[in-house]
Amino acid sequence: MLEAAALRLSAGGRELVCDLDLSLAPGQCWALLGRNGAGKTSLIHALAGLREPQSGAVALDGVALRGIARRDLARRVAVLLQDEESDFWGSVLDYVVLGRYPRSRSAWGRDEEGLESARRLLAELDLGERAAQSYRTLSGGERQRARLAQVLLQDTDILLLDEPLQHLDLRHQAQAMRLLAGRASAGRAVLAALHEPGHAARHCGFAVLLYDAGRASLGRSSDMLTQANLEALYQCRLEPAGAQSFLPS
Amino acid sequence: MKAAPAVVLLLVPASLVVAVAFGSVDLGAARLGDALLFRGDEIAREIVWGVRAPRALAGFACGGLLALAGALLQLLLRNPLADPAILGVSGGAAAGALGAMLLGAAAAAVNLAALAGAALAAGAVFAFSLGRSGWNPYRVLLTGVALASGFGALVGLILSLAPSSQVQGMLFWLLGDLSPAGDPTAALVVLAACAALAFSQSAALDVLVLGEDKARSLGVAVTRLQGVAFGCATVATVAAVLLGGMIGFVGLVVPHLLRLSGVHRHALLLPLAACLGGSVLALADTLARSVAAPAELPVGVFTAMIGVPVLLLLLARLR
Repeated sequence: MLEAAALRLSAGGRELVCDLDLSLAPGQCWALLGRNGAGKTSLIHALAGLREPQSGAVALDGVALRGIARRDLARRVAVLLQDEESDFWGSVLDYVVLGRYPRSRSAWGRDEEGLESARRLLAELDLGERAAQSYRTLSGGERQRARLAQVLLQDTDILLLDEPLQHLDLRHQAQAMRLLAGRASAGRAVLAALHEPGHAARHCGFAVLLYDAGRASLGRSSDMLTQANLEALYQCRLEPAGAQSFLPS
Repeated sequence: MKAAPAVVLLLVPASLVVAVAFGSVDLGAARLGDALLFRGDEIAREIVWGVRAPRALAGFACGGLLALAGALLQLLLRNPLADPAILGVSGGAAAGALGAMLLGAAAAAVNLAALAGAALAAGAVFAFSLGRSGWNPYRVLLTGVALASGFGALVGLILSLAPSSQVQGMLFWLLGDLSPAGDPTAALVVLAACAALAFSQSAALDVLVLGEDKARSLGVAVTRLQGVAFGCATVATVAAVLLGGMIGFVGLVVPHLLRLSGVHRHALLLPLAACLGGSVLALADTLARSVAAPAELPVGVFTAMIGVPVLLLLLARLR
């Protein structure tokens, strides 16, 4: 279980998260919602041990993250970052197989098991035919699916995903959400920063709403994703979309 | 291109044989063959094994060190135009060496002064670039470029103050010159050690291509890895500069040639860069020794003559 206790995060003189207590338990799928700049990325980075909180602590099964070796942590927690500097020269398969790094033993030997799992994941994400293609030639949405495959290949108990649906078309948004919810059903803990409350309501049992000035509320999605809460969260009026709006199933 | 590793590995013995076969004295095929087999007349054997073989190996070691440093720095600095000179280490060594020459120092003292200049530059780059949150590649780049400019100005000052009798020796140092390289054993040992150390980190370097945060999230100890790789690149650069002066383009072009040939995993890229860089410089030095024989030309002229068109061709292909 990944737990944040009394977590406080700030950036550029702004409070992003104030005294947040959050527990990601096995089998739970969490949506993280908030306006641009609310602190979703900072929270994910803090939960992943990629940034130090101003105060409070994050612990994995009761052990503070800073006390866990990077490689051991990477075997338990996988992170999909929102931005990735990538000048990757290899194939799509080579790119995805890097997700096996925390479990690989040698720089030289071929990891047949990893390659097989990577091919399976690429096929699941409709990239099976792109496996041998250069990663640099993929479109934005295809790259995003390859990045998802890399994170899933890490095969961790906890998945933290910063905007996993960015660049994806409707079909692949649904596919990605089904994959993530499937991981949660299989006993993993999932937290995904999303911009579409419909996906959160359909696939995530729990939601964290990050308001401005560090205020957050969290609980079951059915209780959190109400019109009033979402209007307060996004600071705009919302209307039922009616028959003209579709959400991929 | 899957053939790239085999081509590079074949090029190593081929370039060394060419480097031993050609020079200011034409030995002829029969004398050369005999000398290579330790037979025949003593003069030919001395030319082959006493003069050309050490020189060829020195060129190979120097080129290998430069290409290895270039491959590491292009990744660490996230800059495809990074080469060993970018750390300012070469400039520091040049300023030290030329300063010692100006004072009329002996060859050993010139080397010591070059080492001191390189150490000063490396120390300054690292001191300005390693913060509490680890290495900052942009600070490394900026500090290195600033130091290189400063040392460049100092070198210009020394050249303008030096008597004309010293200027030619200084220009040879600046353009790269393997004639005073001597015994290549130490340089080959440094090359083997740097290549082995870099190779041991190759899987982590593959992950570092994805960026520092992603590498951390995949379990790489990024600050330690950057420290090892920067240290390795610096030692390789210093060793190369002490051996052959400032030789350009090998460190810049060779890693790109390999990447464009489909070699991107560092477990292959780093050793192949060392091999290809070594072969290219051994061949360029053979040209430098042979084209205007018995006079020798600066090897840096030939690496640039090979490197500039190759780089332009690569850039055209990348468009």
